Amino acid sequence: MDVHEYQAKELLAQFGVPVPKGAVAFSPDQAVYAATELGGWNWAVKAQIHAGARGKAGGIKLCKTYHEVREAAANLLGKRLVTIQTGPEGKPVQRVYVEVAEPFERELYLGYVLDRKTERIRVIASKRGGMEIEEVARTEPEAILQVLVEPAVGLQAFQARQLAFQLGLNIKQVQRAVTTIMNAYRAFRDRDAIMLEINPLVVTKDDRVLALDAKMSFDDNALFRRHQVADMHDPSQQDPREAQAAEHNLNYIGLDGEIGCIVNGAGLAMATMDMIKHAGGSPANFLDVGGGASPERIATALKLVLSDQKVQAVLVNIFAGINRCDWVAKGVVQACQTVDVKVPLVVRLAGTNVEEGRKILAESGLKLITAETLAEAAEKAVAAYKQMQGSATATA
Amino acid sequence: MSILIDETTPIIVQGMTGDKGSFHTKEMVEYGSNVVGGVTPGKGGSTHQGLPVFNTVKDAVEATGATTTITFVAPAFCADAIMEAADAGIRLICSITDGIPAQDMMRVKRYLFRYPKDKRPMMVGPNCAGIISPGKAMLGIMPGHIYLQGKVGVISRSGTLGYEAASQMKELGIGITTSVGIGGDPINGSSFLDHLELFEADPETEAVLLIGEIGGPQEAEASEWIKENMSKPVVGFVAGLTAPKGRRMGHAGAIISAVGDSAAEKAEIMKACGLTVAPNPSEFGSTVAQVLSR
Repeated sequence: MDVHEYQAKELLAQFGVPVPKGAVAFSPDQAVYAATELGGWNWAVKAQIHAGARGKAGGIKLCKTYHEVREAAANLLGKRLVTIQTGPEGKPVQRVYVEVAEPFERELYLGYVLDRKTERIRVIASKRGGMEIEEVARTEPEAILQVLVEPAVGLQAFQARQLAFQLGLNIKQVQRAVTTIMNAYRAFRDRDAIMLEINPLVVTKDDRVLALDAKMSFDDNALFRRHQVADMHDPSQQDPREAQAAEHNLNYIGLDGEIGCIVNGAGLAMATMDMIKHAGGSPANFLDVGGGASPERIATALKLVLSDQKVQAVLVNIFAGINRCDWVAKGVVQACQTVDVKVPLVVRLAGTNVEEGRKILAESGLKLITAETLAEAAEKAVAAYKQMQGSATATA
Repeated sequence: MSILIDETTPIIVQGMTGDKGSFHTKEMVEYGSNVVGGVTPGKGGSTHQGLPVFNTVKDAVEATGATTTITFVAPAFCADAIMEAADAGIRLICSITDGIPAQDMMRVKRYLFRYPKDKRPMMVGPNCAGIISPGKAMLGIMPGHIYLQGKVGVISRSGTLGYEAASQMKELGIGITTSVGIGGDPINGSSFLDHLELFEADPETEAVLLIGEIGGPQEAEASEWIKENMSKPVVGFVAGLTAPKGRRMGHAGAIISAVGDSAAEKAEIMKACGLTVAPNPSEFGSTVAQVLSR
């Protein structure tokens, strides 16, 4: 789960990571009020979206007067901000963060990631702050500093010191950087983060270090024990279809194609999408209904997929292990009775209780297309979609 | 021969008295697995489905001589259950549990690696369908009837995609020595590589099918190892050709985030290392058949 910059900073500050003074605002009035309360002469008004590269996209405005703060907030709020990380549709800006602009001398990079290869937390630092770290890694790999954290004892001060000296800091700055590196690590560990990026971490004229930006992602599997983090969830930053799916605990990702998919198991769901592509179609979504899918769950999934206007055919592919084909069949029948299904529906059932499932579908009187194998199902779905396309063109 | 389990392997079930634990214990026993008891803290001394229940894994091991465990423990408590099993001297830990926090798994791995290699238990999962040696024993949640006993080893990250492969192979009369689901989480107990070594050493296994996914370094590492060490033919596949970058596809591990993570890149690495790559997921069976006939 991703959070906004201001939420990440709030959390980091609780662990003793120094951040500039700031306040979140939902309206231009609130933004001006925030600036007056914060004091100072220069403010940054920053669009809060779950994506980076906001600066280049005009999502961060430096302001010298309250009037400018009001204008900046009014220009950003209610718009969709498109950055190189958001995709062409952009992300809605519903909050801005008003921050006291601090002058600084140097920009550094500090990142933490749960590394799959080593199965440890990796701390990454670089003198080249304020740039895309991927870019630095490509063009100047020697500028990337790294340490691995031994899980049994956690990050040690000597490791933080090693990074701080390699960053070319003076002794006063080193002491403060070590505290910051250690504290940010504690925030990462104690809140079950999977990624934390402070870019830039700046050094001020008076030798302080400050997190000027912060991006943080958390382990969805650990949200049950991180209520503070779970409460930071902002559904406005999600695809509306995905937000709706999340409410029903369905694992859904919206894509651009026309063939809706309902599958059990993430691997089979991906393979089904691949087969649709192989058969000449394009999947509209990834949807894993999971194990133990009840008829109600299948019905909910079908409604969700059909709510996507682009969908012109639906493929249900269930290989039942924990699931039972008869339940899935009942769910399909139930959904078809409550929703007006205007597009062709291809159903492939296999595994536990497959005969009973097929029987329920056959006796339902519904106009379903059934298939026995994965290849057959994908081909039939694509053919049905193309037929829909053909008839749509004919009537037009 | 099979790898990891056969009909003699003494198995305990951690979390046996819960709904899922009960259901799958019954299924495993019916399939022929040698389930000797279960563990549920607080229910020690009772019996469940005719099997003895113990408070701790240690008690269960002492009383039954179990060497193998399967966990149906809730995600919040599963890391603890796995470490308890390791401490009690269990040799094979299979964790079905879906939703264990990644940092918990990081600590579990660190705990397991305290043991020298010959004393270290093998862990399969979490978030997996388990292990089946067709015709002998099942340590998992798969539909047993879709597997035919035979001479191909299967290793898959995804459970249901493993079922798909097994049923395609059965359709063509191709059987399996053992099928292992290593699970879809970012941090697994064991990787493709651990099981490839076992299949290479197993005299009955003649070929291996390796089913990967987008995300993570495991498929590439396995391919490199195959190139250097494997004498038996390996068929590979990577699901997620159509997956968009940066999105988690259901399995916490299935996310394209770095160079070499995508399905196409992994398939290229497999080919370069001498694996035969199945062109699409409906041709697992036919590709394996083709490799076996060579």
